[in-house]
Amino acid sequence: MSVDTVKQPNWFSRLAHPGQFLAWSRYLVWPLAIATLLSFAIGLWFAFFNSPEDYQMGDMVRVMYVHVPNAWLSQLVYGVMAVSALGTLVWRHPLADVANKAAAPLGAVFTALALYTGSLWGRPTWGTFWEWDGRMTSTLVLLLIYLGIIALWRAFDDQLKAGRIVAIVTLVGALNIPVIKFSVDWWNTLHQPASVFTASGPKMPASILTPLLVMMLAFTLLFALLQVVRMRTEILRRRAETLSRQAALQGAAK
Amino acid sequence: MTAFRALIGRDLKLAFRAGGEALTLVLFFVMVAVIVPFAIGPDRPQLTRLAPAIVWIAAFLSMLLGLDRLFRNDDEDGSLTLLRHANLPLEAVVAAKVIAHWLVTALPLLLATPVLALLLSMSWAQWGQTVLALLIGTPALVSFGALGAAVTVGLRRGGLIAPVLILPLSIPVMIFGVGMLDPLAGSGATLFLIALSLVVTAFSPFAAALALRVAGE
Repeated sequence: MSVDTVKQPNWFSRLAHPGQFLAWSRYLVWPLAIATLLSFAIGLWFAFFNSPEDYQMGDMVRVMYVHVPNAWLSQLVYGVMAVSALGTLVWRHPLADVANKAAAPLGAVFTALALYTGSLWGRPTWGTFWEWDGRMTSTLVLLLIYLGIIALWRAFDDQLKAGRIVAIVTLVGALNIPVIKFSVDWWNTLHQPASVFTASGPKMPASILTPLLVMMLAFTLLFALLQVVRMRTEILRRRAETLSRQAALQGAAK
Repeated sequence: MTAFRALIGRDLKLAFRAGGEALTLVLFFVMVAVIVPFAIGPDRPQLTRLAPAIVWIAAFLSMLLGLDRLFRNDDEDGSLTLLRHANLPLEAVVAAKVIAHWLVTALPLLLATPVLALLLSMSWAQWGQTVLALLIGTPALVSFGALGAAVTVGLRRGGLIAPVLILPLSIPVMIFGVGMLDPLAGSGATLFLIALSLVVTAFSPFAAALALRVAGE
């Protein structure tokens, strides 16, 4: 006799089942891809043809439309990873470690692109590719943290154990990033202060803000698309590994 | 508390009786500081100016080099499994090992700093401040190191990954540690370094113990 104490799966945990995820996320890929392409088309058209030149920087100001979205994503992706780390440690959510693993290289690439476009922008406007100022330095440290997390993921054979260990490191990093940011700011500040998200609203004319926001949306959609595709790939890869292990077991039993 | 003290005593005994690892680490620490003048030239005023930074870099590298010893030996001979099932909570075990590790690896470095002060032509005031900064900052370095060692304890090729993981996280320790010698902002940096060191030392045993539990599953 057994008393049925197992909770019936609600819609949320059904959503989380890897097989279910594969089934419903299939219908997410193409709409996301189309939305990404559309918003990139609109954003790039705004950025190239329908936004004013800066009175000092001229056409160089258009670098901003790729630089700022990448910098925004470099932090958003870490946020996603921190949330998925909580999911791994607290709820042992079966998709959370997959999400963390999928997001780490994406975050590293977006951070590297933010640094790269920043230095391309810095050369003509500040006269140098690299300056040891607060925000650039903390972005560089963020990139190092991403790379460390990727290295840790690759060092483990057992992916389930790796997921929980990496989750601990991700959370410690998330707690530490504000400290690093503060200490680096304390250490040196040259960069212009924040100008999009301030308490008194954006300090930019709408002609620049519109293309910037569209490009930020486009890059965020791109991240969402790549994240879903990478998670699907990772689940399929794990499934393939399990199948080949089962095949090897059966082969050994014969 | 007896078990806690016994654990510290055990780690100290192991460090003193088996191989002179603490001495090797001190040797490495001094050697890093010795090769720097070869790289930047024997100009005394310049050396004086850079000396605290050189001492900090040397201490940083020595701590990273030594942190692999923190849990690996215990994991390999199985005593870590025993400690996991001991009456003492694993967090306290980690805290005891962190204290012992600090006594074995960080304290000898502090004792070796007069040699570096001489070699790098530091003034006595500069030396005193550097030692104070190291005294405040090294517990934070050891605690970050404990986390890195705990996270990579199950890995055969973990020896290189732990420093790579820990280095970016410990940048604030370095910044405030060297910042303490700044004549203008030094007092602020001192307070920040103390705060950072206290917080990290208090929290890292919990994170490291969690990682050890996961690794041992």
